[in-house]
Amino acid sequence: MAQVTQLRTEAKAEQTERLLIILSKGTMDMVYPALMIANTAATMGKEVHMFFTFWGLNAVNKKTVGSMKVSPVGNPGMPMPNILGMIPGMTAMATRMMNGKMKKAKVATIPEMFKMAKDLGVKLHACSTTMEVMGTPKETLIDEVDDVVGAATMISLGEGGQIIFI
Amino acid sequence: MATVEQHKVIDSRGSFCPGPITDLFKAYRSSQLGDVIELLATDPAAKADVTAWVQKSGNELVDIIDEQGYIRIVVKITKKRS
Repeated sequence: MAQVTQLRTEAKAEQTERLLIILSKGTMDMVYPALMIANTAATMGKEVHMFFTFWGLNAVNKKTVGSMKVSPVGNPGMPMPNILGMIPGMTAMATRMMNGKMKKAKVATIPEMFKMAKDLGVKLHACSTTMEVMGTPKETLIDEVDDVVGAATMISLGEGGQIIFI
Repeated sequence: MATVEQHKVIDSRGSFCPGPITDLFKAYRSSQLGDVIELLATDPAAKADVTAWVQKSGNELVDIIDEQGYIRIVVKITKKRS
């Protein structure tokens, strides 16, 4: 298995030097993979951009960045029937469990990962339409955000590179 | 200008992706050409991930040694990004 991974990396090594991650979801299980991929790509010398739109904007909101949640509802991967997920307190419980497991695996917190991203040169872009629709002024975004842009900028940032939509 | 090549040991045991790579990268940033970094890891992905990182960053994978319960990955810094 490792061999295959290695060969693929070799074949791709020469091509893409840019990575754009579009984050449209605002739950912990969506934000973590986005940041992990972004930060790892940056250590590999890629120019990395993250575009935060719709619920993804919550990930860069000062009020919510430190309290991202995992929802057991609409998540068939959770080890419980969906109907139980609707009971009050279930989201908090699932979130607590996930946080505990993350800590055990020595995974940094989401705010820490944003600091790391910044340190590695990852560029963070907030979607202007989402900010307007959700009533999120620029002041409520975390300091790590570089700018507020639209779809055209995002398309040009992704041109010729890898694009991941979450 | 004579610089002494350093040999650093980074312990990432117990940490999972992207921990080991991040730890390796931090050591890489503070290293000089010719330095050797030894990464200790328990993450099963570390072998493939470090191999990919080394290829991408143009450094040299010296050795991967299976120890009891963890692996030791030896990387030589042969290229520093400007």
